[in-house]
Amino acid sequence: MSECPVCGANISVADDVVKGELLECDDCGTELEVKNIDPLKIEEAPEAEEDWGQ
Amino acid sequence: MGTIKVGFLHSLVRKEEKLLITEFNKRADVELVMLDDRELKFDLETRPNVDVIIERSINHSRALHALRLFKSLGIPCVNTYDVSNTCGDKILTAVALKDAGVPQPDVRIAFTEDSAITAIEDIGYPVVLKPAVGSWGRLLSKINDRDAAETVLEHKTVLGSYHHSIFFIQKYVEKKGRDIRAFVVGNECIAAIYRSSDHWITNTARGASASNCPITPELSKICVDAAVAVGGGVLAVDLFESPDGLLVNEVNYTMEFRNSIDTTGVNIPDKVIDYIVSCGRAHA
Repeated sequence: MSECPVCGANISVADDVVKGELLECDDCGTELEVKNIDPLKIEEAPEAEEDWGQ
Repeated sequence: MGTIKVGFLHSLVRKEEKLLITEFNKRADVELVMLDDRELKFDLETRPNVDVIIERSINHSRALHALRLFKSLGIPCVNTYDVSNTCGDKILTAVALKDAGVPQPDVRIAFTEDSAITAIEDIGYPVVLKPAVGSWGRLLSKINDRDAAETVLEHKTVLGSYHHSIFFIQKYVEKKGRDIRAFVVGNECIAAIYRSSDHWITNTARGASASNCPITPELSKICVDAAVAVGGGVLAVDLFESPDGLLVNEVNYTMEFRNSIDTTGVNIPDKVIDYIVSCGRAHA
């Protein structure tokens, strides 16, 4: 369990969560990134960059 | 057969990467080695201890350079550096498709505002102006007349970096609210979806809805031909249905497929992983 860095809501992650995984806060909808698994550390995901995606 | 070490080149882990990781972890004969492009350091000599690499970076520029470095270290990659280089640039893709005789919309390339206006009027309005390197339908301009052409070209020239003054101009194809995205793995077109939208841009990243598209012999052939034209591998081919038949719009090398598994009933990650493992074993 961790906290959304934007709204403070509780964030729970699946057992198979991986480092770098993107999540969405159920409360405020902010896109989050799992920065570390143990201990769980969650930060706001980076903004899309110009060369992202296909 | 022994265990194969698969390097997983990534940065952020989106739904596609998670689906692939989950599927990899089901394979007893695969050891997954995560390669986060934000943590990698290259010295031109040190080879990661992997048999094959799957490229899933969200950043095109990082993917491209990492693949070139891995290539120099003799590591097989899916997709290869050469495929990524071609698919990451719409001009190089257009050349590859032309060389292979794969049908595509009429295109022009120009480097100045004046020559771009002439090129646009060669093929006739409406046209679509695209960045040569770009994705998710960003910065596409549908240009319906000369006034719009002059305005957009001036804005790109004055406000954009030099990349935005390499003008890739494509004849606008009236697609009746949808286009096709088809998935090619090796020499097989494994699945396809229609992407439907009221907007002329039909990327699912821009809100288009996905529905299953039957794979006809015509669709299969043009998709495999397009994949082979750019060098082959694991590719998503975007196509228009024109009155003259199917036309290849783009070929994507780090394909996004989250909306296409349930839609098509095809386990796309499973098929991708079969291909990765076979590439790794072929080079082992």
